[in-house]
Amino acid sequence: MNAIELKNVTFTYGKHMPGAVPALDDVSIQVKSGGITGLIGHTGSGKSTLVQMLNGLLKPDSGTVLLDGIDIWAEPKKIREVRFKAGLVMQYPEYQLFAETAAEDIAFGPRNMGLEGEELDRRVREAARFAGLSEEILGKSPFDLSGGQKRRVALAGVIAMSPKILILDEPAAGLDPEGRRDILGGVKRFSRESGTTVLIVSHSMEDMAMYCDDVIVMAHAKILMHRPTAEVFSRAEELAAVGLDVPLITRVAAALRKNGVDIGLDVYTVDYAADKILGML
Amino acid sequence: MKSDITFGQYVGGDSLIHRLDPRVKILIALVYIVVIFLAKSVTAFALLTAAAAVFVLMTGIPPRLFFRAMRPLIFIIVFTAVINIFFMRGEHLLFEFHFIRVYREGIVNAFLIVLRILLLIVATSVFMTYTTTPLALTDALEQLLNPLKKLHVPVHEFSMMMTIALRFIPTLIDETQKIINAQTARGADFTSGGLLKRGRALIPILIPLFISAFRRADELATAMECRCYTGGEGRTRMNSLKSEPKDWVFFSTILLLGAAVVCLNLFFPVAAVKL
Repeated sequence: MNAIELKNVTFTYGKHMPGAVPALDDVSIQVKSGGITGLIGHTGSGKSTLVQMLNGLLKPDSGTVLLDGIDIWAEPKKIREVRFKAGLVMQYPEYQLFAETAAEDIAFGPRNMGLEGEELDRRVREAARFAGLSEEILGKSPFDLSGGQKRRVALAGVIAMSPKILILDEPAAGLDPEGRRDILGGVKRFSRESGTTVLIVSHSMEDMAMYCDDVIVMAHAKILMHRPTAEVFSRAEELAAVGLDVPLITRVAAALRKNGVDIGLDVYTVDYAADKILGML
Repeated sequence: MKSDITFGQYVGGDSLIHRLDPRVKILIALVYIVVIFLAKSVTAFALLTAAAAVFVLMTGIPPRLFFRAMRPLIFIIVFTAVINIFFMRGEHLLFEFHFIRVYREGIVNAFLIVLRILLLIVATSVFMTYTTTPLALTDALEQLLNPLKKLHVPVHEFSMMMTIALRFIPTLIDETQKIINAQTARGADFTSGGLLKRGRALIPILIPLFISAFRRADELATAMECRCYTGGEGRTRMNSLKSEPKDWVFFSTILLLGAAVVCLNLFFPVAAVKL
């Protein structure tokens, strides 16, 4: 069964205003259970809108959103349960922290689910472990932490709800390479260990290449393609046409190919490229 | 939620009224308001209504937008009308039921007072909110209040504060929406429970909002200092305001309108009422 399925979803912001352009135009996608899927697209292509469809923050004008085969709007009163099932980490989530300690903040979500006592404690610790937060950090005020640590507290706050689907909107934006690795590595470990389906929105092709099993490309409120990562990056020209890039190493591979050294078009990580080149020597 | 909050009602356009000097527009609006309060007779009100209609047409802004501006005041309008209809005493009794007495004077009075409120709304929308950007308004206000600097009133500082406040309203609305979304995504529930529970539910929104407002203020202060902002002393502007003859022609029109209203009050006091 598909963890996420969108059927002909259309959505327009301020649809009563003259000249309103749809943010999602007849979008259909299917995301299998358990993997890490990337969502890329230029600014304004509808990525964030699509992401907010998945946990019911926005309601489609037409079409259906299915999680595990269940229409999330079948019972509008139970939309809160959908939010626990599809955990969403918004852009720059460090600005939503509010509690006295990092641990308290992480507990906000699970507490809203009605959890308390030992189970709550266990969830907080587990989530902190995935996010790479030490015991010491948990006891600090979130406002005393560094930017990267705050980001990881916010991530832990969503992981602690044990969502079946974890959605991250630009989780690594504005972080240094180490911060990116910390946060995305934690997400990957969480996904592999718990079997959670993950959807990552990102601008960074390198991150996509490194962490995603398959990639959805959006352009102009529509889905341009949804393919395994290698295949997406082998179609560099189509990506360039909608203002997107391929990873640097893929461009290197293309340049090598032009100059007579063909290591294939599906090269998108440095390690893989190194193996290929070594193999040819 | 975002679309429910309309602030800064400026409606773009390129009409004569849009292009008037904002300082003169403020003066015009002030005089116009005084003129509206001077009107006492039905004839004067008729003239003012006709004038208001002409101004509205001159702006080129769809008239329905002006009705929209009246909507928030509907309660006050109805309330004033009711008070006047039922509690105004006069000579021509129209209707009596127990202690309720409705006089013709009451109805006329109610009608004119409501008309006056509507005219006031149209006056301020036409000359200020709809045709002048908030920024131009604060700029103009600063210059109009400039003489107060002699009395050591920090006019520039007040105007800068107002400009900044106006500038950040949309930003903060945006920010609030984002925080609400983020907390909703974590299962926060703002719509159920008693007063206390709902009040408590606001904490996860208000704290991040305050923090971010302070952060923005701090960043803005740094950015302003980096650009050597030291207050109003000796500061020049990119768009200095210049009043042209057309501004003063328009201003005179309003003065004439005032004179006409006074004449109508005096010489054609049709159903002149206590207002």
